[in-house]
Amino acid sequence: MESVTLTSDNMKMRTLGLEVFYQDFQALHGVSMEIKANHVTALIGPSGCGKSTFLRTLNRLNELIEGTTIQGQVYLDDLSIYEKEVDVVALRKRVGMVFQKPSVFPMSVYENVAYGPRIHGIKDKSKLDEIVEKSLRDANLWEEMGSRLNSPAARMSGGQQQRLVIARVLAVGPEVILMDEPASALDPISTSKLEELIAELKKNYTIVIVTHNMQQAARVSDYTGFFLNGHLIEFNRTKELFVNPANQKTEDYITGRFG
Amino acid sequence: MQLVTASKRSEILLTALFWLSGIVIVLVLAGIIGYVIIKGFSAISLDFILQAPSRAGRLGGISTTIVGTVYLTVLSLLIAVPIGVGSAIYLEEYALSGSKFARLVNLTAETLAGIPSIVFGLFGFVFFVIFLGLGWSILSGSLTMAIMILPTITRTSQEAILAAPHEYRENSLALGASRWQTIYKVILPSALPGIVTGIILSIGRAVGETAAIILTAGSSLGMPLSPADPARTMSVHLYIMAMEGISTERAFGTAFLIVVLIIIINFLANLTLNRLSRAMR
Repeated sequence: MESVTLTSDNMKMRTLGLEVFYQDFQALHGVSMEIKANHVTALIGPSGCGKSTFLRTLNRLNELIEGTTIQGQVYLDDLSIYEKEVDVVALRKRVGMVFQKPSVFPMSVYENVAYGPRIHGIKDKSKLDEIVEKSLRDANLWEEMGSRLNSPAARMSGGQQQRLVIARVLAVGPEVILMDEPASALDPISTSKLEELIAELKKNYTIVIVTHNMQQAARVSDYTGFFLNGHLIEFNRTKELFVNPANQKTEDYITGRFG
Repeated sequence: MQLVTASKRSEILLTALFWLSGIVIVLVLAGIIGYVIIKGFSAISLDFILQAPSRAGRLGGISTTIVGTVYLTVLSLLIAVPIGVGSAIYLEEYALSGSKFARLVNLTAETLAGIPSIVFGLFGFVFFVIFLGLGWSILSGSLTMAIMILPTITRTSQEAILAAPHEYRENSLALGASRWQTIYKVILPSALPGIVTGIILSIGRAVGETAAIILTAGSSLGMPLSPADPARTMSVHLYIMAMEGISTERAFGTAFLIVVLIIIINFLANLTLNRLSRAMR
């Protein structure tokens, strides 16, 4: 990896020599990266470069795919998350995830947001009400949906659904939020609302976002990692990486010569 | 130019043929139902519905057979639905895809679906009635019927569970839910319409069955109270009325009520389904 060494203080997550295999196919080759607290880290690269795979190792979602093996280390603060005694449920509570396609559950707006807290044992109605309202407010959705909490979530627009999914993640009280191309199914206006939201959220959360859209990476992120064929080619402050890429491949990609 | 006309002509011809097949289906259905209504209607009265049969069904009503039908159908559903939905959940959510046991269960369900009902009846007679000593009873009949409808319920539930978007699972698990919480709270509610469809199909089969019921539940005209009592279902009653030449009119009356019962069940099921899906979507 060719990049300047970043200062390691204020680090939220860290990977060391991370390798991921799907059966015989090696999807990630020795990826080491540091993710800073209360910053947005963007992962870019062409399709199949391993950026989504990397994202999914951060909350152990890769384990759902049969035949996946993972080597190397992933740390959340001081916790090595692939140790045997780590409780996956507790981990996913701390590291939430927003997917490419907004997928609201077939229930009301309220029930969608209350889903996580309920699963984690909160039964008290007034406590749930409070969490739902706060999560919707933090996801910039309270104004639009506060009066329609009982209507089915599937009737909302795509952009609203994606913000509802974010509210659902916030309701669990995560420290890190992973986003896998969260704007790829959204129209330009919804996308800009989502980007505003990401900028607000980083005050309280650490965000890692996979995106196809380089302008978006440049707009929303503080750090950017460029992946190619399962290797982390370059990782740097976003401004540095886009203005002054150290690696020829990075430059080729961001100037649109391939990908 | 020639080609275009030829293909256009065959297009018209085929459209007409498909249209005709549609009309045939509607006519056949309307014909049968209409015939049953016309022939059966004269036998129908409040007494026919509410009174117990007497003199082997020549007089009185068919109340005990209505009770027998509902009793037997409900009990067989109570047995088959938990097992069917349970195995569907196992096959789709827990079994490793392509595992030997999963394939065995699938194969068994498919084979069971193809076996004629009289074979189930014979098995139920030998196993439940004789070997287990349950006698001709609602319980023997329901157990036999449960085995018969199990493949339908398993299959339709499997398909409904499979049709639940994969994203639901990912999202739920990423929120820290366990596999069972995900199934119970998200997958099953979204699969519910499909599961109910399977149940409706099964009800139709249970209400319409005769051979297997005669062999396992008997054909007693008494009012069945406990599951250990023998019973005659409406379809069995219809069969006996017609077969033994007791009364064609009463056979049609019974047929009429069977059709009405099925329509009511379908209507109620659709109503619940709409309610459920309106709450979700």
